Amino acid sequence: MILEYETLKLIWLLLIGALFIGFAITGGFDLGAGALLLLIGKNDTERRLILNSIGPTWEGNQVWFITAGGALFAAMPLMYAAAFSGFYSILLLILIPLILRPPGMDYRSKLPSKTWRTTWDFCLFLSGFVPAFLFGLSFGSLLSGISFYYDNELMPHLTGSFLSLLSPYALLCGIVSLCIILLQGSLFLQIKTTVPINARTLKSARWFGVLFILSFAYTWYWTVFKIDGFQIISIPNPNESFSPLSKQVMTGLGFWLQNYEKFPLGYCAPLSSIAGVIIALVFSTYQRPGYALFFNSIALASLIITAGFTLFPFILPSASHPDHSLTIWDAASSHLTLSWMLIATLLLLPIVLAYTTWVFRVMRGTVTESSHLKKSESY
Amino acid sequence: MMNETLVDLSRLQFALTALYHFLFVPLTLGLAFVLAIMESVYVMTNKIIYKDMTRFWGKLFAINFAMGVATGITLEFQFGTNWAYYSHYVGDIFGVPLAIEGLMAFFLESTLVGVFFFGWDRLSKVQHLAVTWLIALGSNLSALWILIANAWMQNPVGTHFNYETMRMELSSLSEVFFNPVAQVKFVHTVASGYVTGTVFVLGISAYYLLKGRDIAFARRSFAVAAGFGLASILSVLVLGDESGYSVGEVQKVKLAAIEGMWETEKPPASFTIIGFPDNETQTTYFPLKIPYVLGIIATRSLNEPVLGLKELIQRNEERIRQGKLAYGLLQKLRSDEKTELVKTKFEQLKKFLGYGLLLKRYTPNVVDATETQIHQAALNSIPKSWPVFWSFRVMVGAGILMLFLFVAAFYYNAKREIEKKRWLLYFALFSIPLPWIAIESGWIVAEYGRQPWAIGEILPTFLGVSSVSVNQVLLSLGSLIALYTGLLIVELYLMFKYARLGPSTLGTGRYCFEQSNRL
Repeated sequence: MILEYETLKLIWLLLIGALFIGFAITGGFDLGAGALLLLIGKNDTERRLILNSIGPTWEGNQVWFITAGGALFAAMPLMYAAAFSGFYSILLLILIPLILRPPGMDYRSKLPSKTWRTTWDFCLFLSGFVPAFLFGLSFGSLLSGISFYYDNELMPHLTGSFLSLLSPYALLCGIVSLCIILLQGSLFLQIKTTVPINARTLKSARWFGVLFILSFAYTWYWTVFKIDGFQIISIPNPNESFSPLSKQVMTGLGFWLQNYEKFPLGYCAPLSSIAGVIIALVFSTYQRPGYALFFNSIALASLIITAGFTLFPFILPSASHPDHSLTIWDAASSHLTLSWMLIATLLLLPIVLAYTTWVFRVMRGTVTESSHLKKSESY
Repeated sequence: MMNETLVDLSRLQFALTALYHFLFVPLTLGLAFVLAIMESVYVMTNKIIYKDMTRFWGKLFAINFAMGVATGITLEFQFGTNWAYYSHYVGDIFGVPLAIEGLMAFFLESTLVGVFFFGWDRLSKVQHLAVTWLIALGSNLSALWILIANAWMQNPVGTHFNYETMRMELSSLSEVFFNPVAQVKFVHTVASGYVTGTVFVLGISAYYLLKGRDIAFARRSFAVAAGFGLASILSVLVLGDESGYSVGEVQKVKLAAIEGMWETEKPPASFTIIGFPDNETQTTYFPLKIPYVLGIIATRSLNEPVLGLKELIQRNEERIRQGKLAYGLLQKLRSDEKTELVKTKFEQLKKFLGYGLLLKRYTPNVVDATETQIHQAALNSIPKSWPVFWSFRVMVGAGILMLFLFVAAFYYNAKREIEKKRWLLYFALFSIPLPWIAIESGWIVAEYGRQPWAIGEILPTFLGVSSVSVNQVLLSLGSLIALYTGLLIVELYLMFKYARLGPSTLGTGRYCFEQSNRL
């Protein structure tokens, strides 16, 4: 064990963040394209073009999410346990569309019936739209805290209702994530398609880009001036292992700004998120969707970093029992587990990145009716 | 106090979603290799028909794969949503193989599967073949890591209890990876997947042969399935995971429950073929026994005894008493009475802590458990025998039928007489459900036979549940059942439709339904 426990806890926060960023960027192509399916695809051929744009890569992209979940389980089991049971109904609402997506993609074009295809189109729309919205909503609920406490045997007890998760603030965060994912999907489709779909993606990119900037700015204002943040008053040495019951936490207005006051460099994150979207829109307008996608991916990453940096070191604040909130210092796995997991990740993640890049390269180029829809394998 | 309804509903949901998920996984495991073999023949011989075979069976693979991916997400979510205390208590170890599965296996198979379908004219032949093999490798590695996690539930090794964090923590990763139960489980499970894939291809090819269409295509598919299938069914039966039942306490109990064996017999113990086990009276009625067989299979020896359930219960009763003491000491450790003496005593007794937790079902404080409650907990420290007894026999029965199928298929295929043996073709066609029956029964044996433990001797199942409400679980269970039923109907409809259409779905112009005057 070369690295200190405290360092490892930090590294794992970053790695899980990186996995979620990986999902937001690549899964964003597919969730966005799915959510835009009905809006941008006006007829069966156009919808098939959209589905075949994400066709060869969406399955791999989804694994970022599965792996992020697995990594959360392994590296922060307390967070995994409390958050997943705390967000029970929300997760069910994310799960059902995600279940519909693989059969939706694969089965939709397997039968010629119009009703069959329209039904699946609607399912595919939901499977992009709903998760894109609910991911943001969940982040919003993290920032405002959910209601739970631990008993002496560290069983998490959840006291909040389903409706308490749907606060106006959380809904606003949902809109933020929805907009940027719709933008990501638009830009990906702009690369992959030709007129007339291409022209529509340009338009939708502009709409959702502007909407993102407005909603994100408003969320920022709301986070700083209208909701209680959390702050640690006392905590045992982060280099040791201890239970989440052994610290003291205070809440108050404006506390979520404290990390920025301590490290003003942190302001770069929200700013680069907005700047990224603006630059992306410029490139998109001048039909340089590749660059646009690159900058929007930076914006997406910055957005997740902003949320993480604001919360730090909290990962699951408890609104009802602030002392029981989870932080990266007390929700992590043991020193040995974190060490081994880091070794495994350092060995495997580069390989994953290598073949993922290779697959995107092999599958590059625009999707057209003559070249793509005639094959028996196409969606 | 624990909520029995919540526990039952959560268990039901997990059982249903896991069994459902495993309708699709074994076919993925098996077909992936069948595809890889077919494509290898294509690359080596350059015969286009093998490419068509790969593409057509690949289509059926895709219909199945989509469902496997979709239903796998539920399982990953479910540990957290419905088994929060479980996740807290063992996540430090259990999460590791799941995370590595994602990184090492699921990424590989899912990322490449798109190239398999869409990359035929973008890759060289050899490159495409490599992709197909990597998908097969990925799906099998995926099974490996999941089974390492599952085997750890049956035989938890390489771990210790930390009273500060109130959970099990990792002591040795290599022990977890090289868990002997994981090894037998892996071989048994993936081989049963190959059997599923091959019975599937064999049965559908037999259908074409019976109809007298696409003969060349069907005959070759039949041959590949017969050869690979025979090897697979032999591995499943010979390397059955019965051999793993001598390792670990839970496995011993499971073995006795499978056999409905209440008394410890003089070794080597006899094998009960049929009987009616009853937990109430601790008897197996009307047993039909073969002497010596069980002892030899289970212990691979003539003098090692196989323990009977009555003896196991008695042993557990003593362990529960020790566990009650361990729990008392743990409470002291977690309050302010943390003396060195308490620590040393706890260290000695902590291996029984799990048994103490069994008492939580009867009294939340554990330390005030009465003798009656201890006795009751001991009686319930083994699973009900009849469900595992019968599932096991259904599994083995289906396995033996499939052995006959593959021996006959292989033999007549070698003699090039399959088309004349119509009974064999019908046998193959109607055998298609057999692997699924065997596999689902097998999982019932493995997981029901693990009860009352979620993690053997460490965490009772009922303690693992989340503190969600019964209504929430009812809602999720109801939605999942509705959704899963609908999807299953859709999936089967498409599978039947595409299987009936056969290779004509490729649109190559070479097959039945699309040829007018060519053969």
